[in-house]
Parts: sequence; C-alpha cells; structure tokens
Amino acid sequence: MQDLYRELILDHSRKPRHFGCLEDATHTADGINALCGDRLTLYVQVDDHGLIRRSSFDGSGCAISVASASLMTAAITGLHVTRAASCIDEIAARLTEGAASTGVSPELEKLVALDGVRRYPGRVKCATLAWRTLQAALNNAGTPATTE
Amino acid sequence: MIARAEMVNAHHWRADFPALDQSVHGNPLIYLDSAASAQQPASVIDTVARYQREDHSNVHRGVHTLSHRATEAYEGARDKIAGFINANSRTEIVLTSGTTESINLVAQSFCRPRLQPGDTIVISHLEHHANIVPWQLVCEQTGAELAVAPIDERGEIDVEAMLALIDDKTFLVGISHVANALGTICPVERIIEHARAREIPVLVDGAQAVPHMQVDVQALDCDFYAFSGHKMFGPTGTGVLWGREDLLDTMPPWQGGGDMILEVTFDRTTWNELPYKFEAGTPNISGVIGLGAAIDYLRDIGMQNVAAYENDVHDYMVAELAKVDGIRLVGEARRKASVQSFLLDDIHSHDVGTILDHQGVAIRTGHHCAMPVMQYFGIPGTARASLALYNNREDIDRLVAALQKAREIFA
Repeated sequence: MQDLYRELILDHSRKPRHFGCLEDATHTADGINALCGDRLTLYVQVDDHGLIRRSSFDGSGCAISVASASLMTAAITGLHVTRAASCIDEIAARLTEGAASTGVSPELEKLVALDGVRRYPGRVKCATLAWRTLQAALNNAGTPATTE
Repeated sequence: MIARAEMVNAHHWRADFPALDQSVHGNPLIYLDSAASAQQPASVIDTVARYQREDHSNVHRGVHTLSHRATEAYEGARDKIAGFINANSRTEIVLTSGTTESINLVAQSFCRPRLQPGDTIVISHLEHHANIVPWQLVCEQTGAELAVAPIDERGEIDVEAMLALIDDKTFLVGISHVANALGTICPVERIIEHARAREIPVLVDGAQAVPHMQVDVQALDCDFYAFSGHKMFGPTGTGVLWGREDLLDTMPPWQGGGDMILEVTFDRTTWNELPYKFEAGTPNISGVIGLGAAIDYLRDIGMQNVAAYENDVHDYMVAELAKVDGIRLVGEARRKASVQSFLLDDIHSHDVGTILDHQGVAIRTGHHCAMPVMQYFGIPGTARASLALYNNREDIDRLVAALQKAREIFA
C-alpha cells in the first residue's frame, strides 16, 4: 500500500502546489476522468519564446490525480513547450509501459513517486489525467481531455 | 423477526458462491459490491455450463432434439420469472439484456409514438442514469418534458412534491423501487396509487429491489416493472420487462428481426404474439436459463427469509459505520435496503476504494451512475458498501477495520 501512497504523494494531495486559477494564462484546458468524475482545469502561461512561465490547476480528484497535477505544475515551470511535450510522453510510458528501470529525466525526478501506480491498473488514469490535460492545453485542443 | 434457523443457514448460503472463496491481496475476499453486480451460486454456473455442454441450440426454430431442449429450458425460465414476480401471465414477461434495455423499450415503443409536445414524464432526483437518459432521449424526440421530483438531505423523495408534479399533462411516471446510490426504499405504492387514480402509467425500476425483497407486480399495481438478472445472482446480459398485457398489446415492436414476426413478405409483415413481438433476434439463451436457475435458488431460500436476514446485516452495517470517526453517511432514509454510501474524512472515494481493495474488501466508489444524486449533495462521489444474502456481520467488521486503516494512511 505504501508503494502507492508514498509520503510525497500524500503531501502533494493534502497541500497541492500551484492550486488555483491563473488569470493571465495563455493556454487552458479541462480534464475529465469520466469513470471517476474527477475533473481539473489546467492553466499555463507561455511566453513569446515558448517557455512555460507559470502553471496552475484547480478542480477535484483523488490523492493520485491531485498529487500528479501538483507535481506536474512544479516540473514543467521553466520548460520549453516542446520539452514539456516530450515529458508527457515520458510520463505516459513510465506509468503505463513500465519504463521505470530506465533512467528518468532530471525535470521529472520527483514524478518517480508515482511509479507505484503501475501496480494498480484501475488507478493509472488518475495519474495520467493532468498530463493528458497539459497535452490538450498546449495543443489548444478546445475540447476537454479525457483519460479514455 | 428472523428465525434462528435462517441465521444458521446464512452460513450455508455463503458457501454456495464459489467466487467468494478466494483471497485478494493476501486477505480473504469480502465482497460488498453486489448492488453493482452480484456473484453467482454454483447452481447457476453449473446450469449454464451444462446447457452449453449438452443442450445448446437455437430456440423456437428447429425440429431437432437440442433445439427442443433449449426452447424448453429457455421458456421454462420465462415461467419461473413470471411466477417469481407474480405476473398475471407468461406473455407479460419480455426478456431483455437488462434493466437499461427494458426502460429504453418502454420509452421508444410505448412513449415515443404517443408523446405530444408539452407532455411530461415525471421521475425523481434519486434515479439511476438508466431511468433518466432514456426519458431525456424520448423527450428530445417528441418535445415532451422531463419533470424531476426533489429529494431531501436524508435521501428520501419529497413525495408531496412528486404527487404535485403528476398532473393532466403527465404521460408516464418512472420511479425506482430501491435507489441504487443510497439504498432508499421509495414509496412506490403511494405514487402508483396516485397515478393510477389519474390513469397515468407507472414504470418501476426494480433492479435494486428484486434481489432483496418479495416483489409482486399485481399487488404493486404498476404498469411496467424492469429488472436485471445479474443483480439477482444470474448472468450478465439478462433482464426483464414486465408490462401489463393490455399495454404491451398496443405497443409496436421496437426492433425488427427474426423471432418477432408471424409472416414476412415484401408487401407486409405481421408481428408475432406477445412477448415475442419484442424479442427480435437470437436471445441470450444460456443467460436466461442461468437466470431461471438463480430464481430457483432464491425461491428455495424464500424472499421473506432473504429480506429478514439482509435487513439485520444492513442495520448492523449502518450502526457500525456510524461509529467510525470521520465518517459521513450519505443517504439516511428511514426505509433502506442493502446499501450504504459514505464519505471518510476528506479522503477521495477512489483512494478509500483502493486501500480497502488492498485489504480484500471490495466496494464501489464514484458516482454510481447517479450523478444528479451526487450533485444534490455537492460531492463528486461516495464510497458505497452493498449487501447480498451471502454477507454477514463479520464482513461489516472487516469493512470497518479496513476503513480505520485508510484513516491511518491518510492521517
């Protein structure tokens, strides 16, 4: 059980970082986990050079989805959008395909705390919701991201 | 009061269900998710397997021996269903894929051809999506309107408000017998009496009632009664629409195909008699035969005994859960069956569900296909423990202990 609810996960779920609306966001998207009813809105502020200056989220979800969103907003701040996009792929592979034996990018070091999710197939979508939403925001998809 | 003999027998009931005899994550399985889908007794599993091994063929078609056997068993199950709910006649038993299809059948075949703009279909705020969305669809198709009776903090329907909604514009009333998310036993008798006095038909969604209490459709005096096989220890993909014969007679088929016709020419096709008019295509033969075995199982025990035993475990569950620190019971109706929804501190229900699963305790988490109920309480979802005749007080003790563990992890 402790492999899923690690201290870092519990800490971020209790006290999510970057929680709230970002008034001057350049990109936003909603994310919905239809099965669970979890939903979040992600706000990203990208500057003229394509750098993510700030990001935040609000909404409601389980410990895993809130912690994942909290860790994500911390990890992507300062990254170029193309680098952020590759992080999405790396996290998705890590959570679903078990790429944990390989190394992790330095920006995503703390996200290793989510590795335990892989052993709980019903919960993988909770962890990927924020990242799918980031993908939708950066693509300016205009439609809510889902985990389906 | 429940007789001591039944209390003792309950231990035997549990042993009838092979799936319950296993460990999950190293702990004996405690299955508290029967409102989602109940486990099957060995007699159902064996009946289906024997049919598949020895008797399988298509029904109503062949002159050969296997087809005859399959037809006998399939139609025999229809007779069992008719007897189980005290239908007036076997012709009133339409076999479907489940409650959802049963309700859609009524919406599309009974309501759609007759609904006028401005007509209302009255339901309650407690309904499962299956007793909401089919009506929304037919309202959209016809210009009719959905009228929703409110509920209160206990999770009870405001009956006076519901009766007030039933007026001369009302075409049909749809109401659950037992609400799936909260376990509320709805005052269907009163609603039916009120509607009947105004000659307004009533559909009762009985999916959560039939496994737990004696249901007599003639005594209820409703017009349609829908339920599912897999919640009453039968196979998935089976269900029943019971309808009054005079109403079913007036309804057009809603799906065309084999079995539902008397004669087909390119000029004109005539419909088969009831109930086959509503059963196009090869049905779920093995599933229905399994449902027949589930009914045999329940009849042998006796629904009065099931209800008395389950009420005892239900009341124990509610009392023990109420003692857990940090718990908030959601749904505290004065008359309830089989279900208790709850929240634990501010722990999300999915986290509660995962932690319980790790201790071998299976519950349902989320919105339980009743999002309007969750919207009423202003919550995204709940954790829900639900009972069947194989549960006992020790299961509740395990549930409570597992909840204590969840509180420790999130302390």
